[in-house]
Amino acid sequence: MENHTDKIVSSAQDSKYKVFNSATEALQGVASGMTLLFGGFGLCGIPENCIEALSKTKLKDLTCVSNNAGVDGFGLGLLMERQQIKKMISSYVGENELFEKLFLSGQLEVEMNPQGTLAERIRAGGAGIPAFFTPTGVGTVVAEGKEVREIEGRKYVLEKWIRGDFAFVKAWKGDYFGNLIFRKSARNFNPLVATAGKITVAEVEQLVPLGELDPDEVHTPGVFVQRIFQGKNYQKRIENLTTRT
Amino acid sequence: MKILTRDQICARAAQEIKAGFVVNLGIGIPTLVANHIPSHLNIMLHSENGVMGVGPFPLEEEVDPDLINAGKQTISTLPGASFFNSSDSFAMIRGGHIDLTILGSMQVDETGSLANWMVPGKLVKGMGGAMDLVSGAKRVVLTMQHLDKNGSKKLLRKCTLPLTGSHCVHRIITDMAVIDITQKGFLLKEVAPGLTPEIIANNTEAPLQFDPDITEMKL
Repeated sequence: MENHTDKIVSSAQDSKYKVFNSATEALQGVASGMTLLFGGFGLCGIPENCIEALSKTKLKDLTCVSNNAGVDGFGLGLLMERQQIKKMISSYVGENELFEKLFLSGQLEVEMNPQGTLAERIRAGGAGIPAFFTPTGVGTVVAEGKEVREIEGRKYVLEKWIRGDFAFVKAWKGDYFGNLIFRKSARNFNPLVATAGKITVAEVEQLVPLGELDPDEVHTPGVFVQRIFQGKNYQKRIENLTTRT
Repeated sequence: MKILTRDQICARAAQEIKAGFVVNLGIGIPTLVANHIPSHLNIMLHSENGVMGVGPFPLEEEVDPDLINAGKQTISTLPGASFFNSSDSFAMIRGGHIDLTILGSMQVDETGSLANWMVPGKLVKGMGGAMDLVSGAKRVVLTMQHLDKNGSKKLLRKCTLPLTGSHCVHRIITDMAVIDITQKGFLLKEVAPGLTPEIIANNTEAPLQFDPDITEMKL
């Protein structure tokens, strides 16, 4: 990875120095046993291309940090099928039957976090804050084994940051520098996950040259993104189609 | 004994929502409360995956996979809506910017502790945003059945299931009654039509104080 970074810097005269041709290329350096962060909520805004490419590798023993764990056969469910995941750090995983089997048979470790604590741990990781106090989880199993401190009359539990060896996000639009714009509720965990990877890989529906995005509308500044590529064949599966008549 | 339907519980729960409130409705029955909110109240519904200003479910031709609520249902938005990331969304919740949350629950006790996220021995699905909501929202109201399917009591002296939060519930709306959590424990405020305070007390494990002005639930 060090060498790869050097290569990027030496070629930075080219404005496309962060641009990769495919998900497979952008995964260069991911190794078994690493901690990987994923944006998305349910199946909304997940990095579909990166997950699919990961599922075609022989990588294993991965620790995956993601609010949810996909569904059977899609999203992180793909990595679970192939038993590539050693541990999930999530807030809600109720939509995945395979998950249940692997968990109950001891083949999968699970660490459940309150959703806001998960978000803040990732945000803290990206912002260089090693730990923080929150009232969420005080008096519950979440606080067991952690420091609880009273501050101005209320109890708070100490929670630690999360950082990833790699982070994978999906955006609507992105430019060559990695500036990202998300669409509607597909934003969710993506902007915070983008800040917390040693190497952050962004896949986008539309990759555009510098100058095409209005700086006022950028959600994630490109400084947080090391690699970007034009995604393809987005399925954008809907988990719970609900309509009115 | 005639108890209220889910829809009637929701109708009563909607009366908790005051003009100008920012409200988070939990997954399941609480989501149905939205059907009972009068439109003139200028309510903003928050969904913790990053939406403020949640509207009705979309027409089939309006469905957008990039627009869902925390229950992963497709939704629409109302004028004045905004989208934001999960950090900002939980800053709203944990920073005390949400006026009211209405959540379902499996158990609640007289100290205002609740349990609604896991049953030991069953698969742990996770707490999602529930622990954040109960510790951060300004007001926490539960909608639930007074008894479980087997007729066992759910309003207890002390929760037996793993807690979602301790000392955080303000009011409970059940298919039998409206009960507040006070320093002295459960306080009966309203009873469902046809029921008596004594019936409610008999179906509640913890001691039940009677408010001097108990009224009939208006539905």
